[in-house]
Amino acid sequence: MISFSGVITWLNDPGNWRDRVGQEGIFTQLLNHLQYSVVAILIALAIGLPLGLLIGHSGRATFIVSAVNALRALPTVGLLILFYVIIGPHIHGKGDAAFLIPTEIVLVLLATPPILANTYAGVQNVEPAARDAAAGMGMTSTQVLFRVELPNALPLIFSGLRSAALQVIATATIAAYVGLGGLGRFVYDGLASRDFPQMTGGAILVAILALVVDLLLALGQRYAVSRGVSGRFSKRALPADSRSGEVVQLEVASA
Amino acid sequence: MILADDNSSPLKLFSYFSNNHSQVLSWLWSHAWLSVVPVVIGLIVSLPLGWLARRYRWVYPPMVSLTGLLYTIPSIALFVVMPSLLGTRILDPINVVVALSVYTVALLVRVVADGLGSVPEEVNQAATAMGLTRFQRLLKVELPIAVPVIAAGLRVAAVSNVSMVAVAATIGVPELGQLFTNGFQLSVSGPYYPPILLGLILCVILALVLDFAIVLLNRSLTPWRRVVAAR
Repeated sequence: MISFSGVITWLNDPGNWRDRVGQEGIFTQLLNHLQYSVVAILIALAIGLPLGLLIGHSGRATFIVSAVNALRALPTVGLLILFYVIIGPHIHGKGDAAFLIPTEIVLVLLATPPILANTYAGVQNVEPAARDAAAGMGMTSTQVLFRVELPNALPLIFSGLRSAALQVIATATIAAYVGLGGLGRFVYDGLASRDFPQMTGGAILVAILALVVDLLLALGQRYAVSRGVSGRFSKRALPADSRSGEVVQLEVASA
Repeated sequence: MILADDNSSPLKLFSYFSNNHSQVLSWLWSHAWLSVVPVVIGLIVSLPLGWLARRYRWVYPPMVSLTGLLYTIPSIALFVVMPSLLGTRILDPINVVVALSVYTVALLVRVVADGLGSVPEEVNQAATAMGLTRFQRLLKVELPIAVPVIAAGLRVAAVSNVSMVAVAATIGVPELGQLFTNGFQLSVSGPYYPPILLGLILCVILALVLDFAIVLLNRSLTPWRRVVAAR
């Protein structure tokens, strides 16, 4: 039986937050964890967003979406270890490179499908009437994409981005098993040395990080998505019946 | 115990399997149980919760936000925290079952509530007019009509459970994920692919089988859909 008081003591010890000789503290590992995650999500966005917009807009090459989706059935731990075993021995760089490069590849592989699929679905779900109206107003195909389809697809794109971010943060934790830094270090080091307060403390920090990142992205979504799309108007400004047109979000991603 | 072959060619996975089949099959068996039991528990728990969220409108927003919040917690974190919450040992498979049940509930409550809500109003009114009580209407009309929606949620839960169960191997729970950790440990001197590839293949097959089983169950529970489709 592991008591929570030990975990709280571990989390409250300032010595655990600072770096020590031979062991990095919570602050450093938190920054590492964020860094691995942000890099992977940015690369996945750079791949998934334009590709999803293009496929959704043109309606061509939709097989790419289903092919990329099939990747999701693969267990993440297996992918992580497979890529580490394939790539790791060929990298003789400084520091973490042998762990970092395979991990980043797997993280990008995991983060791209939800972003791609949701961007595609978001553009696909735009009402044809809105698209036709825009074309009728004289917008070019590119203008329709960026001024009509993209803003209307944003709620779905954000939900894809949020599930990608959660997936990445979770998998970056497991990457500590093959030797990478990040908050997962505390989980696996704690397990190895049977230091269960450290192990549980690390897990709680990972959970908090995931919750905070999701909250920040939800806030970003609130500001980025047009009120005309989200249907979020102040109740006083509008008669009650005009609030009925809420966008029904299709949950494409759930990792 | 697992024996390493001299040859590390990926195609050696068949000989790896035949050399270690009893161990691998027992991992496959426990992996299947650890994936399926949480889906069943999650369904049993989320049916009344989803019904509540549907029946009393004010329950829906807090319940959906709370379950959404649970879903954001990474699985490895939940596996590790469970012993402190339940008083179990760190390697107890019960931790995995409870953690994945929590995920399944988090996913399904909303699906059940939305599925019950997808029943057309005139169908409900017709049922009431025929003299069904509220409870009879739930059992005989609303639930059957919601079955395809709930089944879609169950498919997602089952497939993602197979992947998440494998994560528990990194903290030592015996299931198919052990093939990955074993492959990792045997790759110290050079890449040794057979267990890793075997693990990936078996996990995908298991996920496909569970997915297909839910599709079949859905079909057998909704015979009227085939009649309509055949017309």
